[in-house]
Amino acid sequence: MEKAGNDYEAVVGLEIHCELSTKTKAFCSCESAFGGEPNSRCCPVCFGLPGALPALNMKAAEFAVRAGVALNCRISRISSFDRKNYFYPDLPKGYQITQQRNPICRDGFIDIQSSGAKKRIRIERIHLEEDAGKLIHRDGETLIDYNRAGVPLIEIVTKPDISSAREAQDFVRKLRSIILCTAISDCRMNEGSLRVDVNISVKRKTDAELGVRTEIKNLNSVNAIGKAIESEFSRQVSLVSKGIPLSRETMRFDPVSKSTLTMRSKESYNDYRYFAEPDIPPLVLSEEFISCVEQSMPELPERKAERYVSVFGISEDSAFLISGNNDASAYFEKAAESCSYLKTLSNMITSTLFPAFGDDGTDMSRLPEPEHLSEIADLSGTGTINSLTAKKLMELSAKEKKSPREIVERDCLAVIRDRDRIKKLIGAALSEMPKAKSDYLRGKKAALKSIVGRAMFLSGGLADPELLNEEAENQLAEKE
Amino acid sequence: MRPNDLPLYELSAMLSSGELSSEHLTMCCLETADRTDDSVGAFLTLCRDDALRSAREADRLISSGKGMALTGIPFAIKDNICTEGIRTTCASKLLSGYIPPYSATAVRSLENVCAVMLGKTNMDEFGMGSSCENSAFRPVQNPIAPGRVPGGSSGGSAAAVASGMACFALGSDTGGSVRQPAAFCSVVGLKPTYGRVSRYGLVPFASSMDTIGPITRDVRSNAIVFEAISGHDPMDMTSSSEAAETVSGSLDNSDIRGLRIAIPDMGATGTGLSECVEKAVLDAASVFESLGAKCVETVLPFDIRTLAAYYAISAAEASSNLARFDGIRYGSDAPQNGELDVRQFRSLGFGTEVQRRIILGTYVLSSGYGRDLYSKSLSRREYVRSAFRAAFSEYDLILSPVTPDPPPPLGRFKASPSEMYYQDVFTVPANLAGLPAISVPAGRDSSSGLPVGIQLTAPHFAESLLYRAAYLFEKEISDGKSRK
Repeated sequence: MEKAGNDYEAVVGLEIHCELSTKTKAFCSCESAFGGEPNSRCCPVCFGLPGALPALNMKAAEFAVRAGVALNCRISRISSFDRKNYFYPDLPKGYQITQQRNPICRDGFIDIQSSGAKKRIRIERIHLEEDAGKLIHRDGETLIDYNRAGVPLIEIVTKPDISSAREAQDFVRKLRSIILCTAISDCRMNEGSLRVDVNISVKRKTDAELGVRTEIKNLNSVNAIGKAIESEFSRQVSLVSKGIPLSRETMRFDPVSKSTLTMRSKESYNDYRYFAEPDIPPLVLSEEFISCVEQSMPELPERKAERYVSVFGISEDSAFLISGNNDASAYFEKAAESCSYLKTLSNMITSTLFPAFGDDGTDMSRLPEPEHLSEIADLSGTGTINSLTAKKLMELSAKEKKSPREIVERDCLAVIRDRDRIKKLIGAALSEMPKAKSDYLRGKKAALKSIVGRAMFLSGGLADPELLNEEAENQLAEKE
Repeated sequence: MRPNDLPLYELSAMLSSGELSSEHLTMCCLETADRTDDSVGAFLTLCRDDALRSAREADRLISSGKGMALTGIPFAIKDNICTEGIRTTCASKLLSGYIPPYSATAVRSLENVCAVMLGKTNMDEFGMGSSCENSAFRPVQNPIAPGRVPGGSSGGSAAAVASGMACFALGSDTGGSVRQPAAFCSVVGLKPTYGRVSRYGLVPFASSMDTIGPITRDVRSNAIVFEAISGHDPMDMTSSSEAAETVSGSLDNSDIRGLRIAIPDMGATGTGLSECVEKAVLDAASVFESLGAKCVETVLPFDIRTLAAYYAISAAEASSNLARFDGIRYGSDAPQNGELDVRQFRSLGFGTEVQRRIILGTYVLSSGYGRDLYSKSLSRREYVRSAFRAAFSEYDLILSPVTPDPPPPLGRFKASPSEMYYQDVFTVPANLAGLPAISVPAGRDSSSGLPVGIQLTAPHFAESLLYRAAYLFEKEISDGKSRK
């Protein structure tokens, strides 16, 4: 980002739509699951048939409150619903039921760790709303599937506290892991159960005033979020720095050209004619209801990280990173059960294995069984193997699903400390490298390194380097 | 006398004693319809075979001793209340081919007791109008005042009951649509407390004010139908679980001695007032006083500002409720070439009055000037609510006209929409405040011979009080008539 315009910084806020995984829809009792034969999971309410009325699914309200509690929000004792009026073929009633004036949750935050530093991103609100249907374009025709119409969503709106693509990505990753912890959504970006809109403007770092912002709609991967922000930031900076005024636009991100394209400009700016939804009375939540949700919360990443530091004694950075990914933390905790070298274990996860815990799910094929990783950590901790071997073992054990101890034995991967073998290795190296030997004897002490290096090579990288050094010095001293 | 002219509680007794069969009664209604509906135009859909089938079923039920008060009684339903498998058009071209896959909760309540559904009645398109002249199919004639409008928007239901084509009917009331046609056709119409009768399956006009209400020839019958259709419905979140008092069986014990009745200053509405209407209310006041009640004139929010607020709010909600008719899912004029022109579709599909309200409603919800009107209207609504709250801390009931004028000749409202809107000045306050109100016939104007009604309004959920007072009034009026 810095490259694109050193004087400018991005001001980014996110709107995240998250489909709730309640069994039934938000306002009727139709099945809410993804997919299904088109228009098979629909009733008069889903189709918006004249006369049908919404009946709020309290499970959806409960899930929204869970999200609010997990994201450190204030829970509204009274919230209410509004109609957002607009025309689109996938919108059966011609309006969407949402919460515009009184959202169910307000004023939360998430702490992220971006480029090593901790940062707090504030959450303005979380509101409950219904999803629309889906258009299917086929053979020049457009068909409509209303199975998704009425599926409950929460929209999480952040304050414009994010200042780079990297931070936005870290925020979404962290948010995702928190939401997954609360089990209210499967957060599958590729299936659209987690969708992100980005609001972005640029300003000179020295300015306090915000620039004109644009909105990039419907980003469906963490990668796309980063790319879209980077590209839109450069576009805005290049215009603003030339003094060309920006217009308030809605854009979409084209993954092929990796650039943002205008969807609609300010002229067609929608007036949604919001008004109080007369079919749904205000939602009043009792103290019991809220405390019941609070008490049923699982351990969230923050708390988990604290526990990892205090109970397992691993570093804060590792704890934060691991706890921020639910698969990684489950994996770590399983491995920790039988491991004596927890710091080593956590480092192995964060430095070597972390790429397996990707944004689109965990690649199990790249991971050893947790008990096997714990063995590797112990082998490494006791010095039985060196760090290179540890890495190799992770790969081998992931592939072969065999005990690392057995592999070490079978492939003779233990560190070589046997005096005789060390002696022989140095002897062989010296006889192969008469020049280095004579260089050393003539006072070129650096030549020792290449002799030890050669011996290490001859050992297949397994010899104890300190013992090799010692032995080489000894043997050369004898020669003097 | 034709059996279909008798009050339904008498019919009910005759059915259970075996003196009358539902099949015969249903036949009588259908014959009356055959004979008169060509000129009246009360029905949009008549379900002859279905009706006779369910009448025979009702007869079986009654003979096995399982009949209820409404079992076997033929009735009609306003065409904006959904009936499974039966065309429900809202008197709109847009829905001329629409067959709902489900029935409204109120309809199901009547089906459950095996009442006999005769068909669907004509109305002003989507409930918008006060004369039934805004039906996309045909206007309705007033069966008891030739050449006059039957009122609206539930004019078809009122006309069907008034002419003996149905023993009772369901209407809907958003701003007076049950009470006003009841007054024009000299029948009894109740607008229940908002939330008392489920709205599930009622095609919405203004959701925060829509109610389903019964239209009958007499007060007791009205109470019987009301008791059958009211109650909490999980499908309608705005429906109330407040317990309802059953009064239909004990109306003869009614006593309104000591009741305090408020009367608004009828000259202060800003809409004008016919002398015969004012006289009917004052006469009614004397009747209530003779029954031991005390009538006092007081300031109440029956005026043109309340009327304006009603029109802004109802149009706003209507503009949103009617947005779904975009040409994609409804209407037979779906484009064949794949080009969807929403504007053209809606311009051709909706009638003039509906378009007028959609435009008004869209305007008042739009940011800027119009939005201010909407906010002011919401404040006015709050004021109306609190004014009624205050009034009901001093008074038990409010007595008022139903409309400022008796039924006008056909064509008058068409020519002047604002004159039509003025007719709602006494009915819309109950809708804005969610109060129950009943329209009861008060005889005919001695000079013009036109029917005139009076309206009683009660606090929330006090339908039983409305029925008691209306019942006594009705009795006095008919006793007075029989004395003459």
